[in-house]
Amino acid sequence: MRQLCRALIMSAVGVASLLILTVPSQSAELTRGAMLSVSCAGCHGPDGNSPGSIPGIAGKSASFIESAMKAFRSGGRDSTVMGRHAKGYTDEEIKLIAQYFADRK
Amino acid sequence: MSDFTRRDFIKLTGAVGAASALGWPTVAQAARRRIVVVGGGFGGATCAKYLREFGPRLKVTLIEQDTKFVTCPFSNAVLGGLREIDSITHGYDKLRKNHGVKVIHDRVTAIDPAANKVMLAGGKRVRYDRLVVSPGVDFRWGAIEGYDEAASETMPHAWKAGPQTSILRKQLEQMKDGGVVVIAPPVNPFRCPPGPYERACLIAHYLKQAKPRSKILIYDAKDKFSKQPLFMQGWQELYPGMIEWVKESDGGAIERVDPKSRTVYPVFGDPVKGDVVNIIPPQQAGAIAHTAGLVNTDGWCPVNQRTFESTMHKDIHVIGDAAIASPLPKSGFAAGSEAKVCAAAIVSSLSGEAMPDPSYVNTCYSLVGPEYGISVAAVYRLEGEKIIKVEGSGGVSPKDATDVFRRDEARYAAGWYVSIAADVWG
Repeated sequence: MRQLCRALIMSAVGVASLLILTVPSQSAELTRGAMLSVSCAGCHGPDGNSPGSIPGIAGKSASFIESAMKAFRSGGRDSTVMGRHAKGYTDEEIKLIAQYFADRK
Repeated sequence: MSDFTRRDFIKLTGAVGAASALGWPTVAQAARRRIVVVGGGFGGATCAKYLREFGPRLKVTLIEQDTKFVTCPFSNAVLGGLREIDSITHGYDKLRKNHGVKVIHDRVTAIDPAANKVMLAGGKRVRYDRLVVSPGVDFRWGAIEGYDEAASETMPHAWKAGPQTSILRKQLEQMKDGGVVVIAPPVNPFRCPPGPYERACLIAHYLKQAKPRSKILIYDAKDKFSKQPLFMQGWQELYPGMIEWVKESDGGAIERVDPKSRTVYPVFGDPVKGDVVNIIPPQQAGAIAHTAGLVNTDGWCPVNQRTFESTMHKDIHVIGDAAIASPLPKSGFAAGSEAKVCAAAIVSSLSGEAMPDPSYVNTCYSLVGPEYGISVAAVYRLEGEKIIKVEGSGGVSPKDATDVFRRDEARYAAGWYVSIAADVWG
């Protein structure tokens, strides 16, 4: 009985460690797009999933994010703080950020 | 693979970069490295999390003496009676469970940069391949005569949130109507440049309702401060006649205090007796940075602004308030931004890959009142080896904004808080 218990425990441990090894990680590939975009999480939440009053941006289409950022930057769209942020990025950087959040869940 | 064989491997190949040139699986090599992060605040906790994010197989150990972290952001809201301290208190379970960070609650007493080890008060030694030090600030006790740690029990600084916040809140609650609150902000540089002035606002908000005949005197060691026109406009609009600011050149700098009588002595002008006195002392990098020889003669930590590696010791990175990263301010948000850049630098270096160009952001909200928020923000990049603000980006909220704008920013301030807390400890 004791041996059976031990065998069960060992196999449970085996399964558990297998699970640990195979659980998909939430890792982000370290790209220029990621480097630019992780800054946004401070206000828009982890991976762009906002838990509060600031709009979430995870999974929005790249074209939506790109056009919003450009409109904030030009002042064509009113904002409180986004205009001040958007002016910090080039067209190319905005594209990378937009694609990064389009790819998030 | 044991420690011994891994070290042997590194000796054989000389460096991970060399391994890369030989076509070895460098990511796997990076994976076995151990990164130790000292300090579990905005900088340290973010760095630990993003090291695992960018380098999922890295062993990351976070060493933090306290099991709970109370944030300075929104601690002024606790002083103003808008929040309970529990709502700004965070633990480390999610870093463990969701991000695979090993968290040790102990105090680092020494760092041995030659042996790549940190010593803990509990007696343990922890070996690292790379060390990240995020110790926050310490106070220059005694820089204001009579203001030492014991004096902070009667004249709280409340510039590290927690018990100090509760002491100051209690004193405000016990103060009589018609009392005088003295707030004494320090010289630059210090943690959270707009913080003392937001504090004046939210204390005024409380006094206006509970003790409307009271006054707030700000005795400042400076002649100007962050978001100054916006704060002064807000004081006029919400708390007319309640807040008086005495600048340095008008005798605002405090040279001595008497904690027993709660009296402050300006460099010139008459002594002032407060009913509640909040001294925010001059600051320097956290103690361990001094012990470990990571500071310059000013008491702050010089770093390579691309990687945040210390210029004093190899393989040790310093981030957050302790690091010299100006023009980035000493804010929780900036600490998190530095932490992400630092994590990227470490992961890139260990895997022998080129690091993407760093990008840094700061976004800070201040509450003038519960429905009245203002902000400062900017995007930064590296030019040469120096952090600079991206031209045209950033700035503060407009001076004559509508009530709706101010209300939106107050709402976003609360949103900012839950987002950044989730980004750091979630």
